[in-house]
Amino acid sequence: MTRPSAVADASRAAPATHRSAAGRGAARRGGPPRPGRRGALAVFLTPALLLFLSLVIAPIAVAGYASLYKWNGFGLPENFVGLDNYTRALADPTFRGDLWRGFVLIVLSLTVQLPAALGLAMLLNQPLRGRGVYRLVFFAPYVLSEVTTAVLFTLVLSPNRGLGGAISRWLGADAGAVFADPDTVLFAVFLVVSWKYFGLYMMLFLAARQGIPKELSEAAATDGATAWQAFRHVTLPLLGPTIRISVFLSVIGTIQLFDMVWVLTGGGPIHASETMAVTMYQYGFRRFEVGYASAISIVMFLLSLVFALTYQRVVLRRDTEGALTTQGAQR
Amino acid sequence: MTSPTNAPRARRLVLHLVCVAVGALIVVPVWFGVLGGFKDNGQLSTNPLGWPDPWITDNYTGILGSRVFWRQLGNSVLIAVTSTFVVVGAAAMAAYVFARFAFRGRELLATLFAVGLMFPFAVAILPLFVLLRGMGLLDNPLGVILPQAAFGLPVTVIILRQFFRTIPGEVEEAAILDGCGPFGFFWRVLLPMARPALATVSVLAIVTSWNNFMLPLVVFTDQSWWTLPVGVQAFQGQYADDTARVLAYVVLSMVPALGFYAVAERQLVGGLAGSVKG
Repeated sequence: MTRPSAVADASRAAPATHRSAAGRGAARRGGPPRPGRRGALAVFLTPALLLFLSLVIAPIAVAGYASLYKWNGFGLPENFVGLDNYTRALADPTFRGDLWRGFVLIVLSLTVQLPAALGLAMLLNQPLRGRGVYRLVFFAPYVLSEVTTAVLFTLVLSPNRGLGGAISRWLGADAGAVFADPDTVLFAVFLVVSWKYFGLYMMLFLAARQGIPKELSEAAATDGATAWQAFRHVTLPLLGPTIRISVFLSVIGTIQLFDMVWVLTGGGPIHASETMAVTMYQYGFRRFEVGYASAISIVMFLLSLVFALTYQRVVLRRDTEGALTTQGAQR
Repeated sequence: MTSPTNAPRARRLVLHLVCVAVGALIVVPVWFGVLGGFKDNGQLSTNPLGWPDPWITDNYTGILGSRVFWRQLGNSVLIAVTSTFVVVGAAAMAAYVFARFAFRGRELLATLFAVGLMFPFAVAILPLFVLLRGMGLLDNPLGVILPQAAFGLPVTVIILRQFFRTIPGEVEEAAILDGCGPFGFFWRVLLPMARPALATVSVLAIVTSWNNFMLPLVVFTDQSWWTLPVGVQAFQGQYADDTARVLAYVVLSMVPALGFYAVAERQLVGGLAGSVKG
């Protein structure tokens, strides 16, 4: 077997611009006849494309269109209002509050949740009897649905029959009803979100940490670096790509946070834990102001998109093999 | 520093203490739920922390004996399995094309799919609802299955494409010499070779579908189609005063997820790490 497969090789090695030419050449020259390679391409690509265009791209286009109308969701939108829905959203204290609360949640995630996950991952990377069990336990909440988690914690933290009430009575403090107090509710939501998700980030960090060759930290130790110095100057930079992706996932996840909030608090009390997705749901599915809710959807979409693109340009760029950059970076 | 023998005892003790403390934060709420299901509400108010006294099994047996729970479990399974077949099937075919075919616009298309990773599901839910209503897919499991599959495509395509690329060109070459067309190669060579990757993406898809709440919430007004997350939330609303019973329902709804986790933890971790590494 000496003749290289032009197609397979091209797809792995040749730069994008040369690929199509190589492919066509291969189809003409390619030793054994390959009947219907073009046809095969169409057949293989069609299901995914159909699904993706009709159920991912089209809805976003529909939302963009509907956001320009005052529309209750029934019949066709007729009452064109231009950008009114957007100006209304930006003037709406609830929606502005959503933005602020989203910002607070993101800051909390990045300053509390991710560092804690990173710390635990480093801890579990040490030789420690039973660390497999710890790892299994820490990651387990990730497989529970947000709804299950939220219902469980509603009851766990319930002031009358829950653990929260019992503990606060035991401490003699009045820490019950954290979800009913506008001052604490957002933090309570954050804690439950963290309970479910820190294991995910810990797992990602741990996987990345284990991909770093032992020799590196050993070399650092030989050179007289303290554990902290080795971590700061060797491990941490090498974890960079994973950390940056985790920040990305965390921000995008927070922008669309819905299930947890909806079940824990419904966004209350007095909007104190409301997120953009909850506001959108309220208007779209409860009050049938589909045009306005669509405008909120589009703002969420634009925020995600702008964040993703900026982040990719500015931060992820140096990671040659980032999930989101692999394809984009070649363009 | 790296072998257990010379790590100082005290240090290891501290590490264990930290791990146990964090573990307790995870386990105690769940354990509270498990025990709470064996109590009645009186016991929950007076004795939320301790063992049930007496043990009450009515909450669990009542739910296990009701048709509603099993129906919701069945719906969740049906929807998760079907969604997974659709998304993995469609994504494997597309990933094959992206990994192995050369054609104009390939990178553009692949990028389009990758960008889909950034579309929050919540963004599309409202227009999706309008579209599904137009297609007559409300109160139809396909109304959940197809959108879930569509939104699962990006991550699945990315992982599978990456894997397909690692299969040497010689393998395809040999298959072609043996008379395999693209379909034969895909079906008889590529898919069997890709079993570990397929397992990984399937586990991811199952977990995502199992935990989905927003879509079934808006698609199913007919209770007989409700999945477990929707059912749990409704149950909480219905029995708001009966904490013990709701705890039992929550715990029972966790069992399949945790059981699945015990079996498929490796694939799940591999999949998540893989989707990040790309």
